Amino acid sequence: MTKRINRWSILTTLIALLLTVPLWVLVSFVFEPTNDNWAHLSDTLLPVYIINSLWLMLGVTIGTLLLGIPTAWLISQYQFFGKSILHWALLLPMAMPAYIIAYTYTGLLEFEGPVQSALRTVFETQTVNLWFPEIRSLGGAIVMFSLVLYPYVYLLARTSFANQSQSVMHASRTLGAGPYKTFFKVALPIARPAIIAGLTLALMETLADFGTVQHFGVPTFTTGIYRTWTGFGDTTTTAQLSILLLVFVTALMAIEFWSRKKAQYFTGHNQPLRKTLPTLTGHQSLLAFSVCLLPILFGFIIPALQLLDWSINVASTQLNSEFFALVWNSFSLAFVTALITISIALLLLYVKRAQQHTFIDNTVRIAGLGYAIPGVVIAVAVMIPFAWLDNTVDNWARTHLDISTGLLLSGTLFALVFAYCFRFLSVALQSVGSGLSQIKPSMDESAKTLGANNWTLLKRIHIPLLSSSLITAFILVFVEVLKELPTTLILRPFNFNTLSVRAYEMAADERLADAGLPALLIVITGLIPVIILSKLIGKRHA
Amino acid sequence: MRELHINQIESRHQNTVILNQISLHLAAGEIGCLLGPSGCGKTTLLRTIAGLQPITQGNICLGEQTVSSDCVHIETESRNVGMVFQDYALFPHLNVADNIRFGIANFSKKQQQERIRTLLELVDLSGKETRYPHELSGGQQQRVALARALAAKPQILLMDEPFSGLDVELRESLARQVRCILKAEGITALMVTHNQNEAFAIADSIGVMNAGELLQWGSSYTLYHQPNHPFVADFIGQGVLIKGTVCSCSQVHTALGNLKTNVCDDFEPDEQVSVLVRPDDIIHRDESDWQLEVINRVFRGSHFLYTLKLDSGEHVLCMSQSHHDHEIGSKIGVKLEMDHAVVFPLQQENTT
Repeated sequence: MTKRINRWSILTTLIALLLTVPLWVLVSFVFEPTNDNWAHLSDTLLPVYIINSLWLMLGVTIGTLLLGIPTAWLISQYQFFGKSILHWALLLPMAMPAYIIAYTYTGLLEFEGPVQSALRTVFETQTVNLWFPEIRSLGGAIVMFSLVLYPYVYLLARTSFANQSQSVMHASRTLGAGPYKTFFKVALPIARPAIIAGLTLALMETLADFGTVQHFGVPTFTTGIYRTWTGFGDTTTTAQLSILLLVFVTALMAIEFWSRKKAQYFTGHNQPLRKTLPTLTGHQSLLAFSVCLLPILFGFIIPALQLLDWSINVASTQLNSEFFALVWNSFSLAFVTALITISIALLLLYVKRAQQHTFIDNTVRIAGLGYAIPGVVIAVAVMIPFAWLDNTVDNWARTHLDISTGLLLSGTLFALVFAYCFRFLSVALQSVGSGLSQIKPSMDESAKTLGANNWTLLKRIHIPLLSSSLITAFILVFVEVLKELPTTLILRPFNFNTLSVRAYEMAADERLADAGLPALLIVITGLIPVIILSKLIGKRHA
Repeated sequence: MRELHINQIESRHQNTVILNQISLHLAAGEIGCLLGPSGCGKTTLLRTIAGLQPITQGNICLGEQTVSSDCVHIETESRNVGMVFQDYALFPHLNVADNIRFGIANFSKKQQQERIRTLLELVDLSGKETRYPHELSGGQQQRVALARALAAKPQILLMDEPFSGLDVELRESLARQVRCILKAEGITALMVTHNQNEAFAIADSIGVMNAGELLQWGSSYTLYHQPNHPFVADFIGQGVLIKGTVCSCSQVHTALGNLKTNVCDDFEPDEQVSVLVRPDDIIHRDESDWQLEVINRVFRGSHFLYTLKLDSGEHVLCMSQSHHDHEIGSKIGVKLEMDHAVVFPLQQENTT
């Protein structure tokens, strides 16, 4: 049955188009001829960007797999001391943005920091000659990313391991394979698509990062784009550099999509059998506990304590009206953005549900593309059309009305909120969508046969069933906005500061302790969605 | 292929006894079947043989070797047992050939190819070597699982509800096919099911289990005609228990009249007992003088199953040819055809 395209569909398409205008404008720069800056760049820094990005991806792959897979296997297969806490505590590093963990380890490991000072005391030397690995390096960045991004691998691998039918493991045993062979030949290969999906998410975050690599002085695409944009003001080269980064991102997205598809086949339609997990005792239990504790310790506890220490030290001088203005800016911005994003998501999803049309499905999918695009790229992509529009309007007004309109869009909060909406719409789409998918069309129909009108239907069926996913979506978008650094840095109005920008500026000025308070607040807020996530998983497993 | 001896085994989970004093014997090449309601312990028994579950008492021997006892536990991977799982448990990341190859990785490449070819021919899946499990139908997956379990020429083949995931129409025919394959290869096998038709189609010997105990072990004929326990009588086939009084060593009095039996060792004269009456013990004959009232009837296509009321008020079942169509409430003529009554201690409730 083909459905009529009505005004709702047109509205949906318009919203999706408007929201993605920056992306299309950016992509159009593929056809723009390259200029001298590009030639210079491709001779000098571009190879460095590419090589650094590749090294980062390789390192983060190894790091997240090493941290994510053993923990996922232990948690999904065994009972041991502390597991009931560890299984969700392993998600805690997700609350720690990479740039913030980078600041804490810089502070911890620098020459005057507690670690080196302690070492000097132990070895009774005051000389500078004591060799110590430089954290502000490519290797340091790899460690930082691995510590906060492994939960993606852990989460997907754990679900996959836990869902594997126990009889598959037993079949392997009856066919003569011992525990090790069973793990490497059966359990791991079956979980591989899920692990790859988790890994690609971690790698996309790595490529999108700006704060960490900027602070560590590791030139990558994002720092390059920022530098070209702010330093040279060269739109064409910035856009072309962004497109090159998007090529990497698209490749990762393709791998992720393909892996998820494959993972469906691999889980199969069989219900996992209820299993009683073997209990580890003695030193085995202790070993499992330690393996799971280490990533939490280095990925969350130690950096959080460092932030706490800094915050306490500066609290008396920093907890002033300026700081509260900062908090107000950040929270109100996040609040408004979350509201707008969720409203758009609701509109798109309801039209999609009512139309059941492939065209609308694809439109909604395109509207949600923003999440894959690094924040720096989004910022640049929003700036280009907005600045053009401002200039055009201004020129027209000058010639025809003899007045200057100045900056109408770029450099305003509107531009910033617009960029956030595009970037985080898919977060809202996903969690609202999963809520809406529980309300089957047959429920509407059965409510109607029971005499409910549209209003009753909304009040008694839809709102109660959707409320929890709406709240989840709100919190997720809220926290993402709060953490987002590069988009805010580039698009914020003059003199408008947020927590993330303040933390960045303080760290850039080598005033790490002063970055502590805003960073701590971001991390604490970031804990909320992590708790929700672990609750959700707990419910699914119960 | 080896014989299987299970002696007095017991298995516990926490403090509940799952298997209680179970003994059974399968000769080499024999096909056994464990039948019972869900939760009776039949799958657990299979898992103890595979070594997936330890036992707390008794012993399990495959051929000459003790594989499980209270102090011996040979790991599953060292037992060389083949097992077909209820959900088939095919490895989703491996194609058909590689699934079969998994257990024979120590064979030479040439032997592997040869074995895979033979097995796929045996289960009628030649040409499907490179298919993945999700590309196969349920019946095909089942046969791949069977081929995989047989690849390493196991000492014994264990099958846990192997046909339960399939369409009802497929089950019996596939069970017969599997029997042919097992007999052709001369494999000792033990299957678990809750469906008696599957058991009848595949097995030489059948064991009926309930609540962790093996109640009776014998041929399908013995289980049907000489059940040693009311549960077995109820679980295998249809039938009812009616009240009776022992007259003598060889006779029992019931509402159906005096029936021939043999109860010398078990019951005293004048003792109240329960007597098993199968639907095929009472034959419908229009010309018979003995008339009973029809209480209920079920049309089964090839026959009618009538519920008839005895003078005592008890109900019995009677099978008749399907063109003998009688209304509920009418009376029909019957004739008793029972050479030997099965007698149990008096049961509280009538079973149907």
